[in-house]
Amino acid sequence: MKYLIIMHVDPTVLEQLTEEQQQQLGDGHGAFLAATKESGEFIGTQALADPSRSKVVRGSADQPEVTDGPFVESKEFLGGFYLLDVADEARALELAQQIPDVRIPGLAVEVRPVVFADLGDG
Amino acid sequence: MNDPTAVDEGLWRELAPQTLARLLRTYGSDQFDLCEDAVQDALLDAHRQWATEPPRDPQAWLTATARRRYVDRVRRDVRRRDREGHVSMLQAPLDHEPATSDQPAATDDALRLLQLCCHPELPRSGQVALTLRAVAGLTTAQIANAYQVPEATIAQRITRAKRRLTEAGGGFPRPTDVDERMAPVLDVLYVMFTEAHHTTSGAPARDADLAAEAIHLARLLRRAAPESTEVAGILALMLLTEARHPARVGSRGRLIPLDEQDRTNWDRNLVDEGLELLDTVTPGATPGAYLLQACIAGVHARASDTESTDWQEIHALYTVLEHTTGGRNPTITLNRIVAQAMLQGNDRALAALDELSSAHPDLARLDAVRAHLLERAGRIDEAGAAYQRAIKATLNVAEQRHLRDRLRRLSGG
Repeated sequence: MKYLIIMHVDPTVLEQLTEEQQQQLGDGHGAFLAATKESGEFIGTQALADPSRSKVVRGSADQPEVTDGPFVESKEFLGGFYLLDVADEARALELAQQIPDVRIPGLAVEVRPVVFADLGDG
Repeated sequence: MNDPTAVDEGLWRELAPQTLARLLRTYGSDQFDLCEDAVQDALLDAHRQWATEPPRDPQAWLTATARRRYVDRVRRDVRRRDREGHVSMLQAPLDHEPATSDQPAATDDALRLLQLCCHPELPRSGQVALTLRAVAGLTTAQIANAYQVPEATIAQRITRAKRRLTEAGGGFPRPTDVDERMAPVLDVLYVMFTEAHHTTSGAPARDADLAAEAIHLARLLRRAAPESTEVAGILALMLLTEARHPARVGSRGRLIPLDEQDRTNWDRNLVDEGLELLDTVTPGATPGAYLLQACIAGVHARASDTESTDWQEIHALYTVLEHTTGGRNPTITLNRIVAQAMLQGNDRALAALDELSSAHPDLARLDAVRAHLLERAGRIDEAGAAYQRAIKATLNVAEQRHLRDRLRRLSGG
């Protein structure tokens, strides 16, 4: 079963990380990447730019309208995700707990099943 | 026959696993990689040579060639740590092997190879990937396509599975432990088969059909273990399930449930083959879980529609199946309740559903069944609410579409 592990980041939390915590976060993601690739559960990952770089294209009756800024103003933003192929939800949760973000108060990941995927080469 | 591709694809896929099994028996299952490469080399040689000089005994030719190729590779591969240990192996006669009585039959080879690939030490996903690659003869790209994951993901699973086999040791399975190693093989094939129905629903056609592969492997298993009623059961179950496929998928990948299927669209040949198989094995058999499920599919297959179905028999079979599986599988109970509704009416069945859902609140399809029973009982508002819950709960796009249709129909849309 495919699961998306969505990393929700609070930019203010990220700004206040110590040097050591940043190092831990970087190393932890590196280790997570290596481990899920090794186990054959890794499909893909993306990290996203800061929400200030977002544009929104909004549907309207005549011409779609383009505006600056994220879709929703909020404290936490989608920072990136891992797409995994695992045996079941229990395994997805087990892996989610190995993501370094969940050791830092104020950060969280969301684990959500995928119902359709087309990855081009799969 | 100058076109080398004119050699029947089915023949390659038949010969390759048997050749691999023979090499693994000789050189040890910890040499999986090298043996596989040697078989590939030999297949290429065959492609080049058979068009002009077809061999008298293709299997013997391939085995002898693959052995030579294995030796070439070991000799080339001077960095192999355990090369020394295999030098003695290299003294083994490489020429055509006499077909003596202690030569295991080809089907036997296939069975051992299946058992090796379904080694209990491997994770399920590794068992399935290795089986599809080594026994069914699919490429990594085809397996990746069937599962809709990148090729690298599958390649890694196969690599890791082979590594774990090496670590687990134990060599090539011996004929003595047929039954004890059969259970994981059956489970792997069943997972493969059900996955096919899950991944193909509402998705575009794939070039590798997991259901067809699972059936192919089950046939092979049936030839290798004709005594096993569970093997016969799993094959019959697959055939009878696959037979419904043309009637199960409507326009735009829409899912059509059993009670609405036009049964004239069922694949008659598959139905007949499945029923014939059941008639062969059921008398006097102590049925295991797969044979029981096949018998249930058989009862459906013998009926022309829902009304004329022998629900009494289906309910009885599900009750036995519940006992056989120790009541650990709530989906079986759910299916028994569907049969109960046909026999004892919707109210009794709805009460049983309530009981089941308090024990298994996350059970998939429970709300879909509940919605259906409520609708039949004329409790439209409650049915609508249950359909909405069922739509939220399902992870299957085609199933979701089907439930939305039902909900629309309910509200007169």
